[in-house]
Amino acid sequence: MSSERTLTVARAGREAVMWEMENDTSVFMLGEDVFAFGGVFGTADGLGEMFGPDRILDTPISETGFIGLATGAAMAGMRPIVELAFVDFIGVCYNAIVNLAAKHYYLSNGQVKVPMVLMLGSGGGYSNGAQHSQSLLASLAHMPGSVVVTPSNAYDAKGLMHSAIRSDDFVIYSGQKKVAGVGMLGTPIKTSMSVVPDEPYTIPFGVANIVQEGTDLTMVGVSWTVHQCIEAAERLQSEHNISVEIIDPRTVVPLDRDAIFDSVKKTGKLLVADEDYQSFGFTGEVIASVVERDPSVLSCAPVRVANPDLNIPYSRPMELRVLPTADRIVEESKKMLGL
Amino acid sequence: MKPNAAQRKAMYSDIVRSREFDDRVLELYFADKMPVFDLAKGVIPGEIHSSHGQEPCAAGTMPHLTLEDTITSNHRPHHHAICRGLDLNKLAAELMGKKTGYCAGKGGHMHIYSVEHKFSCSGIIAEGMGPAAGVALANKMREQDGIAVSYMGEAAANQGAFHEVMNMAGVYTLPYICIIEDNNWGVSVSKKASTAIERNSERAASYGVYGEYVEDNDCDLIFEAMSRCVDRARSGQGASILEIQTYRLKGHMHGDQMAYVPEEEVAAMKDCVVEYRNKLISEGVLTEKEAEEIVSQQKSEVDVAIQFGLDSPYPDPEDAFQNTYAGVSK
Repeated sequence: MSSERTLTVARAGREAVMWEMENDTSVFMLGEDVFAFGGVFGTADGLGEMFGPDRILDTPISETGFIGLATGAAMAGMRPIVELAFVDFIGVCYNAIVNLAAKHYYLSNGQVKVPMVLMLGSGGGYSNGAQHSQSLLASLAHMPGSVVVTPSNAYDAKGLMHSAIRSDDFVIYSGQKKVAGVGMLGTPIKTSMSVVPDEPYTIPFGVANIVQEGTDLTMVGVSWTVHQCIEAAERLQSEHNISVEIIDPRTVVPLDRDAIFDSVKKTGKLLVADEDYQSFGFTGEVIASVVERDPSVLSCAPVRVANPDLNIPYSRPMELRVLPTADRIVEESKKMLGL
Repeated sequence: MKPNAAQRKAMYSDIVRSREFDDRVLELYFADKMPVFDLAKGVIPGEIHSSHGQEPCAAGTMPHLTLEDTITSNHRPHHHAICRGLDLNKLAAELMGKKTGYCAGKGGHMHIYSVEHKFSCSGIIAEGMGPAAGVALANKMREQDGIAVSYMGEAAANQGAFHEVMNMAGVYTLPYICIIEDNNWGVSVSKKASTAIERNSERAASYGVYGEYVEDNDCDLIFEAMSRCVDRARSGQGASILEIQTYRLKGHMHGDQMAYVPEEEVAAMKDCVVEYRNKLISEGVLTEKEAEEIVSQQKSEVDVAIQFGLDSPYPDPEDAFQNTYAGVSK
């Protein structure tokens, strides 16, 4: 019997990669700085030494090239895991993602599968400037043909990684950098760490996690904003005796619209928090999925807490202003509740 | 390796087959789009980039490839598909968006897929290169036989993907061949106006791969050059760029009047079907009668295929909802 282990998100995800690589020779990793460096955000830490340079393949800084190669390898029956350190870099490889990896299965009418995982580091909050801090979740989720998973904690990170690698679909695994819990980003967020079983397990796509049950207000968050919701909910509970239900969809494509609707039906109030640019994004999608089903379940207008459509400023006070922090969530919740 | 008589006859037969197919497609394409041209109308809607003139690039290279090998084609895929041996009926049906087509109407002219032929297409310039090189990488990792070949036009050599993928093909010593069909025009921009060097095959030096240039769209020379590239790929010597000088006889797409192409260039364009037929007859490889038999045989098979397409049903509109995901149903 092994003792209980509490892991970070990066460690848990990496454990799933390791297990799959040990048990399936078609699984391999390629991307930027994976072999010696272990991935910029620890996603491949130590894997180079374990599996060697042929299965942990360093690539040139050629994103459209290596995502194209991974797509071909997947079409040929391999299960590549691609590491793209920053989601901000998708500008130089969006075609390979959208027009190759996400389209082959549909255009071929199901003849050609692309069982590939694309790992992306997303999010800001550590003064890394406008080109290394974005979320870009909507830009990933908007296009059909890819599954988009967004783990907020270590338990989900491991289970979703097993599911992603075993999936016959193209899966984008969007890891928020501060949630990952890697050394260079300070102390890991406490609620992102969890007890993780040794053995492999999967988490189905499209099944939300109810982080905590509540009766007065539903909050929907994704990855880092789940933790902002948890912090906000604690304050609302202790300072105003408000009971918040928090939904973490875990995968945004497919999205568990039923779980969100059922929660709002119970609470009558909906706040959605997301780090991405607000307009045309996840927050609007969640609200629409409730409203178009039955607007009468809402007792007041739903609220979005996201990036207010601004490029992300470098300076600390300005960056904090645009992030969907617990402070902003508390403030908006109080307005909703007339407090 | 030089082609023998049987191989030369087969190449002639292939270019005729592709040409007959494209001729029938051209005829059908315009038949129901007049008097007012409308891309959306007719039994074959959308853009059609015909292979008229470029057939030898496929006919001369495909004989060296087996069903273990993988091919990625581009927005101009008919000659590649036909010389690879794809079924004409399913090809014609796909162009018409019919249920019996290779992709049951989901792909269309620029997106032909056949798993059994390890054949796929991408309509975005140079973006077939990555997947082909990726298959080559997979085969190399698994120590499996099979090389990969991508086909594209000369203008694609100016895409970022060309540089990225060729460099990786060099770094990883991949069994991969990039075939550049140089028809001198990227839509309406001439190679001279778009490309800083004369020969794209010379770019091979930048990537530590082998490069070869073939003049004048000649099936025999293409066959020989491809045999060298394939030998290298199969024997672990890595990737090649094979550049072929060819002719785009019908413009970028049907409806393109080629007003931008100088008259003298149009006058100098050679028709490979005529050229190769005359060459084979003059060298005693083919008789006039045999040549005619090949044409009539291919014509009749193309007629059958076109009729098959016309007679086939359209997909149910609801079929659009199938096959976005392999495993995710929600």
